Amino acid sequence: MKEARLSKRHTGVESLERRLFLKQSLSIGAISLLAGCEITSDERVQEVLEGMSRWNDRAQGWLFDPKKLAPEYPESMITRPFPFNGYYPESDVRIIDETDYKLQLGGLIKEQKPWRLPELYALPQVSQVTRHICVEGWSAIGKWSGVRFSDFLQRVGADLTAKYVGFNCGDDYYSSIDMATALHPQTLLAFRFADQILPPKYGFPMKLRIPTKLGFKNPKHITEIFVVNDNPGGYWEDKGYNWFSGN
Amino acid sequence: MANWVKVHPLVVRITHWINALAILVMVASGWRIYNASPLFESFTFPEALTLGGWLAGALQWHFAAMWVLALNGLVYAVYGIVSGHFRRKLLPISPGAVVRDLSQALRGRLAHDDLSMYNAAQRAAYLVLILALVVMILSGLAIWKPVQLQALAALMGGYEGARLLHFFAMSLVVFIVVVHVVMVALVPRTFPTMITGRLRRSS
Repeated sequence: MKEARLSKRHTGVESLERRLFLKQSLSIGAISLLAGCEITSDERVQEVLEGMSRWNDRAQGWLFDPKKLAPEYPESMITRPFPFNGYYPESDVRIIDETDYKLQLGGLIKEQKPWRLPELYALPQVSQVTRHICVEGWSAIGKWSGVRFSDFLQRVGADLTAKYVGFNCGDDYYSSIDMATALHPQTLLAFRFADQILPPKYGFPMKLRIPTKLGFKNPKHITEIFVVNDNPGGYWEDKGYNWFSGN
Repeated sequence: MANWVKVHPLVVRITHWINALAILVMVASGWRIYNASPLFESFTFPEALTLGGWLAGALQWHFAAMWVLALNGLVYAVYGIVSGHFRRKLLPISPGAVVRDLSQALRGRLAHDDLSMYNAAQRAAYLVLILALVVMILSGLAIWKPVQLQALAALMGGYEGARLLHFFAMSLVVFIVVVHVVMVALVPRTFPTMITGRLRRSS
């Protein structure tokens, strides 16, 4: 008898507990939602996140195998139409004038004579059908042809022991990569997309094609290449995207 | 006379709460990353439930919290195997017992007399949760490093296959977590035991 009463009271307490628990979880949820908007912009939080991103640069550098090749696909798997992507809409694509164009070289490079397009086109070229992976998550398969970037760097006498290669572009974009990735056999200074001279939307007159990095690390409309030991950053990288961004 | 029963060992309690926080951050930031390029065109997550503010912020959270999730998960897994915690708490498990306990639970008739023992429905739920987390981590690694870890990526159905798998594993994890929290709300005396580790046994 006593036991039954006890258990009944126990149930009453339990349902009260239950309601309190639900109420508390709801308010914790509401607080964390409100905090969620603010927490990322907090200076100390931002510092920790930036620190973790630099740590992730190092971890990815260690994980990067300079001999490991990105998978290649049959031409039948090429994504058509291949998506346009940039920091501006497709209607704002820069048209680079072929006759005035010169590729400038700078930094730790011995022969800094600018290159004209016909000279670049005359270099030995290779092709690849690889997957372009965007930082947003989508991917598309494309075919790029051009000169192996490692061949080009050797030809112009770049200091291959330097840490970074930086790029300035005709659309005011800029980016930079680590030397190990620059020397990867699939990293191309690409002049063609799907066997056609690169159209403006894919980066005329040239883009750096790096299948071991995310799409935004593949600069288009390159006008200057320089070799340095201080990280030059990049357009998206300086806004908070991870610098290494390897695949 | 009341006596205390030990329900959850210290390692399990610490790793449980670190894991809960890591999962919350991974899911909320993952939802913001999903929204940048939705797998299913007509479906996006409400921005208010996401973390990071924009894609770069969400990626920073996701790739910071992944280390917490992985290291904490490693401690939990090693402890669970070496100490016999997994074997003691999650085994044996038979399909018949799971069906029986599940149907009793759905009718609200499952007894919770001994909280130091998991019933078959709990065992199944926790095992599936652990498996879903393993799939989530492996598919996540395949998305992060589809070239360096291309053997793993191939196992996960390639880059695009891994994205789908990552999404479905996340959905399963979120579903089990929601059920888990509802169950704790229904049997509130289980809540403090995950903090103190002890349960007062009324005799």
